Amino acid sequence: MAFAIIIALLVIGSVIFHAWSPWWLTPIASNWGSIDTTIDITVWVTGFAFVVINLFLAYTVYKYRYSKKRRAEYEPENKKLEIWLTGITSVGVAALLAPGLFVWADFVNPPEEAHVVEVTGQQWQWAYRYPGADGKLGAADPGLITEANPFGMKEDDPAGRDDILVESAIMHLPVDKPVKVVLRSKDVLHDFAVAEFRVKMDMVPGAVSYLWLTPTKTGTYDILCEELCGVGHFVMRGRVKVQEQADFDQWLASQNTYEDALALARVDRANGQATYAMCAGCHGVQGEGNPALNAPQIAGLQDWYVTAQLEHFKTGIRGGNPADTYGAQMIGLAAALPDSQTIRNLSAYINSLPATQTKQTLSGNLKNGKELYDHNCSVCHGDNGRGVWSVHAPKLAGMDDWYLARQLRHFRDKVRGAHPEDDLGHQMQLMVSVLGDDQAINDVAVYISGLGYSDPSYVAASKAN
Amino acid sequence: MAYVPIADRPDEMHDPQSFITKYIWSQDHKVIAIQYGGTAIAIGVVALVLSVLMRLQLGFPDTFAFIDPTDYYQYVTMHGMIMVVYLLTALFLGGFGNYLIPLQIGARDMVFPFLNMLSYWFYLLSVIILAASFFVAGGPTGAGWTLYPPQAITEGTPGAEGGILLMLLSLAVFVVAFTMGGLNYVTTVLQARTHGMTLMRMPLSVWGIFVATILGLFAFPALFVSAVMMAFDHLLGTSFFMPAMISLGESVEHAGGSPILFQHLFWFFGHPEVYIVALPAFGLVSDVLSTHARRNIFGYRMMVWAIVAIGGLSFIVWAHHMYVSGMNPYFGFFFAFTTLIIAVPTAIKVYNWVLTLWKGNIRMTVPMLFAMGFIFTFIHGGLTGLFLGNVTVDLPLSDTYFVVAHFHMVMGVSPVLVLFAAIYHWFPKISGRMFDEKLGKIHFWGTFLGTYAIYLPMHYIGALGVPRRYFALGTTDFIPESAFELNAAITVAALIVAAIQVVFFINVFKSLWKGEKADPNPWEATSLEWHTPHTPPHHGNWGPNLPVVYRWAYEYATPGVKDDFVPQSVPPGDVVMKKKGDVFKESEH
Repeated sequence: MAFAIIIALLVIGSVIFHAWSPWWLTPIASNWGSIDTTIDITVWVTGFAFVVINLFLAYTVYKYRYSKKRRAEYEPENKKLEIWLTGITSVGVAALLAPGLFVWADFVNPPEEAHVVEVTGQQWQWAYRYPGADGKLGAADPGLITEANPFGMKEDDPAGRDDILVESAIMHLPVDKPVKVVLRSKDVLHDFAVAEFRVKMDMVPGAVSYLWLTPTKTGTYDILCEELCGVGHFVMRGRVKVQEQADFDQWLASQNTYEDALALARVDRANGQATYAMCAGCHGVQGEGNPALNAPQIAGLQDWYVTAQLEHFKTGIRGGNPADTYGAQMIGLAAALPDSQTIRNLSAYINSLPATQTKQTLSGNLKNGKELYDHNCSVCHGDNGRGVWSVHAPKLAGMDDWYLARQLRHFRDKVRGAHPEDDLGHQMQLMVSVLGDDQAINDVAVYISGLGYSDPSYVAASKAN
Repeated sequence: MAYVPIADRPDEMHDPQSFITKYIWSQDHKVIAIQYGGTAIAIGVVALVLSVLMRLQLGFPDTFAFIDPTDYYQYVTMHGMIMVVYLLTALFLGGFGNYLIPLQIGARDMVFPFLNMLSYWFYLLSVIILAASFFVAGGPTGAGWTLYPPQAITEGTPGAEGGILLMLLSLAVFVVAFTMGGLNYVTTVLQARTHGMTLMRMPLSVWGIFVATILGLFAFPALFVSAVMMAFDHLLGTSFFMPAMISLGESVEHAGGSPILFQHLFWFFGHPEVYIVALPAFGLVSDVLSTHARRNIFGYRMMVWAIVAIGGLSFIVWAHHMYVSGMNPYFGFFFAFTTLIIAVPTAIKVYNWVLTLWKGNIRMTVPMLFAMGFIFTFIHGGLTGLFLGNVTVDLPLSDTYFVVAHFHMVMGVSPVLVLFAAIYHWFPKISGRMFDEKLGKIHFWGTFLGTYAIYLPMHYIGALGVPRRYFALGTTDFIPESAFELNAAITVAALIVAAIQVVFFINVFKSLWKGEKADPNPWEATSLEWHTPHTPPHHGNWGPNLPVVYRWAYEYATPGVKDDFVPQSVPPGDVVMKKKGDVFKESEH
């Protein structure tokens, strides 16, 4: 009796939950309304079966509850009934399958007029490639991927010269234009998924997969990796900006082609040295930093990191938060850097300066710091803290502990990394949330800073101190 | 003297005498079954604790400093693998398969008792190797239970050094254990049935276990080779599954391998694996339902053929786990078609369970509650499978919590409810004692309602598009604050369900210690195991003479017969017919 009532209540409760639930498909922003239709059909057909069979179960359990005065009815088979039930089920299943297969046929055949965008995944970053004026993507090969050639471009393929390379987590698409998204991975499996687009597909190293869609609403949507890709899987996020064609064209024109990238890579260090004069006042002639002025050591930092930070200061992506006083100073200074090439020249010069082991200024528990670092940081920043270019994780070893601790607090308190275009900063926010309180942060900062002692290029310098 | 088959000569049985031969190096299928069951439940408790830790992190992110992403992915992986392989497979086949096959077909033991013993010890070894990975440098693998390469063996994944190798080794040893046990089950069913026990008279438990074992014998080799190949890629530098790629900025010494190949091998094992767990559950639950409903199983032949058909079809649906894997998308047409076909025999089974209850005389015992609870959860889990099996519908839902909710309903909650039904049902025979009915009911309601409270809302989180295997969701544009509150509520439900399991263990230990002595056939069941000369059955099961079978196992409420059940082994002449004036009302047909 109780069982029958509870089954009936569960059925009714489930239906009410379904009807009342604020949690259901995220509003759609692509042409794939047909997928939502197949879901609706499935909800109705399976919902009907769920209600009918379970209510029948409840009724049965109630009606044929135990009685000493009654015996069950002996009935081993009922062919007619079994055939009927099989038939009805088959019809129901066919009703689900047929529309599904039609939509799938649509999905596997991108329209001829679709433009092509390539998405590349790697642990735990996104990058994008647009085919440029010739409408064709140049050849790329994972075997060619290096720090200087992160897309693995084949230099001699003319079709690749005008490809537009976007090393940022933010993808841009024009609204109402069908797009075939070509998917590649540089390392492990990833998955390109945007809830509002409905479609998703894994990215497989050594192979090329694809999906297609037509974005139908302007706006910015999250791209999430949905195939487990290592410990940083949950921070592998990007965004897709769906824009009016004119805005998209304007953005596309402002991006560097492969040709541009090759040119930018030819840096002029002497020019960088000249520019560095404006930095030396605070950061020191050798980039050794000055704690009294809150200027950290910058000598030896990877050029790509310095470039990214300077560009972020210049555009206000970093340092815009009022709580970041020193960041605000940097915004003012970076504004004086006229163009990309100047920034790159400067970064190359800073990178060439010899780094030294900074002095310990905080007190921290090294053992705890090591444990936290090894578990949460080392996978990107390296066991020795020297950074890993492919994940855009800069060198940390030997840097000022007070500076590291302050930045970690800034990430934790969403002072740094909160700008919508600061995707790497957002990743840091997610990771730092694991650390906890100020003392844990100091522990890690002291440990990381001390990692410089294990760097052979540092030893002489720190002895000289 | 007339010829007596070996199976009928009690003096040939070499009854074990010492404690060690009786309970440790035992070749008795019943002792081996209990060893299998005990080990499986023990490691299952570890997996349960891991799931609680995961739920704590998901429900209350940024609260538990001792759970970091590395830990979390290790919990995810070990929880999944333990539950699917080391608990469910081992408990259904090594546990109930071992216990029930000889008893239900009227054999004295498995046909290869020594191999059977060896099977258990290899299983125990595989569990020890698996558990050892918690204690090696870097900890257990965190590659997800599917162990997809390249990431399973590259830096950036927890346990990529030692943990993954122990996992692969453990799986290989498990497959060896399974093969020894499985060959035994199949041979025993085919060769050792007693007089009169035709295949179409076997209880559905045996049918389910039998077909599941055949599936396992075909499917597990795929897992075995993929484990060996991945170990080669890792240790010897081969490139079965490893393409040219970079790993955290450095290029690897591999080229030309295919990660998708691994997925095909894994799911060629992995999908039949679902039915390796489900078919025994189908069988066991059929017997429990029929017995406590006091009614014949409805459509026995259809039930047998459905088991066989599902088993066969389960080998041609594997790539429905791979619709968005990047394999050639045209495969989607074929696999969606085969997958949805499998819904038909599965639905028939559900109908027949409900129709078994229809016009029955249902006794609301504890095993019956679990069995009927299974019907509800299985309907729910089966129907959501129609979403994911249909390739188009899978697109938005794949890799979200909808998938997690679906397979936990169909592959977690449902088989576990059957396991509990079966444990409560056969407990009196296995232990010779009755369990505490009240505690059993508390256990049922807590588990049944609690798990539904966990998984029903989880489907809706998945429908939003919330991805699975995320240590923290952080901020996104589409996950509302309310979804976080819902996640917290789900965690509370999970904690309650986990706590309720303590009631089960209290019940088992209390009943073993001072439970009421059980009647040999407390449920008035018909199948052979309830008609052994001793309870629990002694070594050799049947005393001097093997039982002889005269009918199927579902002779309940037979018209014209006095009792409402007729055991399989009672000769037709001994069946007491009804006399005038008996109190039972005869049914109309």
